[in-house]
Amino acid sequence: MEHQNLNLTLKVWRQKNASDAGHFETYPVSGISTEMSFLEMMDVLNEKLIAEKKEPIAFDHDCREGICGMCSMHINGRAHGPWKGTTTCQLHMRAFNDGDTITVEPWRASAFPVLKDLVVDRSSFDRIQRAGGYVSVNTGNAKDANNIPVAKENADLAFAAAACIGCGACVAACKNASAMLFVSAKVSQYALLPQGQPERTTRALNMVAQMDKEGFGSCTNTGACEAECPKEISVMNIARLNREFMNAGFMSNEG
Amino acid sequence: MNFSQIFTSSIGKKIVMGVTGIFLVSFLMVHAGINACMFANDGGDLFNRAAHFMGSNWLIRTMEIILFAGLLAHIFQGLALTLDHKTHRPVKYAVNPGNETSKWYSRSMGLLGTLLLMFLIIHLYHFWTPSRLGGSFGVQPLAEKWVSSGEMVHDLYAEMQEEFSELWVVIVYVLAMGSLAYHLLHGFQSAFRTLGLSHKKYTPTIEKLGVAFSILVPALFAAMPVYIYLFHKN
Repeated sequence: MEHQNLNLTLKVWRQKNASDAGHFETYPVSGISTEMSFLEMMDVLNEKLIAEKKEPIAFDHDCREGICGMCSMHINGRAHGPWKGTTTCQLHMRAFNDGDTITVEPWRASAFPVLKDLVVDRSSFDRIQRAGGYVSVNTGNAKDANNIPVAKENADLAFAAAACIGCGACVAACKNASAMLFVSAKVSQYALLPQGQPERTTRALNMVAQMDKEGFGSCTNTGACEAECPKEISVMNIARLNREFMNAGFMSNEG
Repeated sequence: MNFSQIFTSSIGKKIVMGVTGIFLVSFLMVHAGINACMFANDGGDLFNRAAHFMGSNWLIRTMEIILFAGLLAHIFQGLALTLDHKTHRPVKYAVNPGNETSKWYSRSMGLLGTLLLMFLIIHLYHFWTPSRLGGSFGVQPLAEKWVSSGEMVHDLYAEMQEEFSELWVVIVYVLAMGSLAYHLLHGFQSAFRTLGLSHKKYTPTIEKLGVAFSILVPALFAAMPVYIYLFHKN
């Protein structure tokens, strides 16, 4: 695609702090290269705001290579913008046309409160992870990685589930603000591997209990999470979580 | 999480929806099959005999109680979930993805279900009330008729002819079957996934079966009032 400079209008959510009601602010930006990433475009806007002695727009970002899961932005109604399987940092400005108006909002969910502007608090995910997203290992020397045989099929499925970066796009995209895709990826990645067996039942029960406690909604299988997931985690994992939860709830001695 | 908490958890509530949903699907098959006897074109003889069997067999009368229990569980849990879902995003998005990331009917199960509930009340009033409660509580009893099996039975066929002679009733029934079709189009396959029954070996079959069921069964039901109105109305 040929290089082009874009003139755009940005409608960005501004919110001073968690208790502020917040509002949209409109900013014109000009001379945006189609080769910039969306975050680089935000950087250009922020430099302009700083030069004008205005408060820059707060947004989360870290790795800028699509693996940290920080750049949570709802762009024109889509989690991480219009491209499939990308984070905001990997979204390039060639996705837009000259003269476009782009609306940028933070993730909206009661379990992800807005801290400032586009920054939300996703520590609810950390607490779900702490409730059971781990394996126990013996102390002493590290074991050989291939000590326990793992079926290739299961290794691949576990690896695909482990690709989840905990960005929260699934929650942002779900009409019920459900965290089922995230929790199902975390539960699946261990349920499929021999190393995950000792905590298998408690993990499913405790992570689901924590998910409910954090105020996420339930899953109605609309599939919006899978469509928006930058790591393309499959909703098949949600079915697996349901199986794990039923096995733990109805078949095990836990609880 | 103790045993009762399993059912009140977010997944547990959906399990209730899935189990009762599949149970109601099985009911629809029986209901459509029995009602299709009306197409025999024999003045309602076969239909009235089938309806008499359904109303007098003890096993089916017991299943009727279980059916009402399943229906009530599906309705109340569904309404509770629909209301609950609205609470998890107190500040709405200014721009929504529309149908880009999900199907409209998968997001509208509460609305479609509410329309079906309204239809159900009308439908029970039309047929269930006179056939089960006729003669008591001030409800007008159904007319009776000799059928070819040599029994005197309720003439439900005549009741149907009477109800479906009104054009607005026919329109309401046909529109309600549209709601049912979309409700099933999402609900059929969704119920299996909720119950953990998802696998590349059989999920494609379930999905195809779901689409076929969602079109054929409501179409068959919708054909009934239309057929009476066009060919056999009073």
